[in-house]
Amino acid sequence: MKKFFLFAAFAVLFLAQAQAQRFGTRKATISFQSETPMEKIEATNHTVSAVIDSKTGKFQFAVLIKGFQFRKALMQEHFNENYMESSKYPKASFKGQIISDKEPDFFHSGTYDVQAKGQMTIHGVTKEITVPAQIKISKAGATISAQFDVAVADYGIKIPSLVKNKIAKVVTVNVSGTLPKL
Amino acid sequence: MPFAKPSLFVLFVLFFTLHLQAQDDDLLSSLGEEETTTFTNASFKTNRVINLHSLENTAPGVMDFKVSHRFGFVDQGLYDLFGLDNASMRLGFEFGLTDRLAAGFGRASYQKTYDGFVKYKIFRQKTGHQSFPLTVAYVATMAVKTIKLDETQHPQLFSSRLNYTHQLIIGRKFSDALSFQVTPILVHRNMVPVQAIDNDLIYVALAGRVKLTKWISVNAEYIPLVAGAIDPQYKNSLSLGFDIETGGHVFQLHFTNSTSMSDHSIFSETVGDWGKGQVHFGFNISRVFTLWNKKG
Repeated sequence: MKKFFLFAAFAVLFLAQAQAQRFGTRKATISFQSETPMEKIEATNHTVSAVIDSKTGKFQFAVLIKGFQFRKALMQEHFNENYMESSKYPKASFKGQIISDKEPDFFHSGTYDVQAKGQMTIHGVTKEITVPAQIKISKAGATISAQFDVAVADYGIKIPSLVKNKIAKVVTVNVSGTLPKL
Repeated sequence: MPFAKPSLFVLFVLFFTLHLQAQDDDLLSSLGEEETTTFTNASFKTNRVINLHSLENTAPGVMDFKVSHRFGFVDQGLYDLFGLDNASMRLGFEFGLTDRLAAGFGRASYQKTYDGFVKYKIFRQKTGHQSFPLTVAYVATMAVKTIKLDETQHPQLFSSRLNYTHQLIIGRKFSDALSFQVTPILVHRNMVPVQAIDNDLIYVALAGRVKLTKWISVNAEYIPLVAGAIDPQYKNSLSLGFDIETGGHVFQLHFTNSTSMSDHSIFSETVGDWGKGQVHFGFNISRVFTLWNKKG
């Protein structure tokens, strides 16, 4: 029976340790802007899941497409129904590895400019990309921010000729959020 | 201790699997169960199937301006250009007030009718953490016929011009392409021509749509009378058409045997006989305007 407790204690210890290296939230934000002379389209999603493993530098983001809020209801409907096909492809994700010259120290305050390299999956299409990002470590956790461009055609999203003047071929994506220690 | 060895083994296995799980690729699992619920939307392209109210509401903050025409019966032939020389029309203004509540009014040339409705979504189809398979909505409509009545036959009471319907829409979006709804309907007419005709009639409407492409769908609706006595000249309403969506507009093109576009008379005053070619070609054009933006 003594061995039982010993192993149980070990197991708990190891698990706790594995968990403690992670920073994550379900409330990160992704927004995007599409701007053409005809129309400006913006949408924001405040329910983004994000986890970073401080030990390995691995990260993972996932977002529910239906959670993007537009100012115009019809734009939101078209975004889901006709462009993103969100019932077929409910989520977009980005997972990979943080690359930097100076490895971020997640347990002391500081700001780091890094590269996030990994697989971006949108509309069921996965592409390998690298985007610049910033990680700021504070008492609240790891605050991340990144801005990058996405060409909609790269992810097999078709824009009919009728509305091609209203929707930009390249949209700007902003990611932000504070990931507390898990 | 006879159990020592097996329990040790089990512990080892447990220990290693837990350890592996914690180290595996899916970092997001460390956030625990996801608790999101999403409402199903775009079951129909607009808030009408053809003549009938669909389970969709006008979105909150949006005004839907509708222009609808029904041309003459196509059996009139080339002389009337298959009915295009004659047209009955309706203008409608419909407003989304909240996520659940919508209201609107309109004026139709058929019997110079003014109509209004209130529509409330009781249950909304949703998936995810909390899920519900159906959308259930209640619609109440009222219409005033302002056409001049024959004074020798009718007392000129305002109340005898009023007509009501109560509709309970029960529908589901089965897939991106297929939506279907059943609508039990109670029609009440304050005045009917003779005593043998019932003031109250019950209909059960069946309606659905199939999407052909992202922008085009085929819609159909059939509205049979299930209880109540009406003049035998009246037929059940049957309509077949296409929805074509182009950005802010939805064009609905269809064939229907109903002349009216006001709820009670769509159901109870349809005279066209499909078998005899007494169908109208018609269209509804829906144009949405955002009056106020959503919060956030």
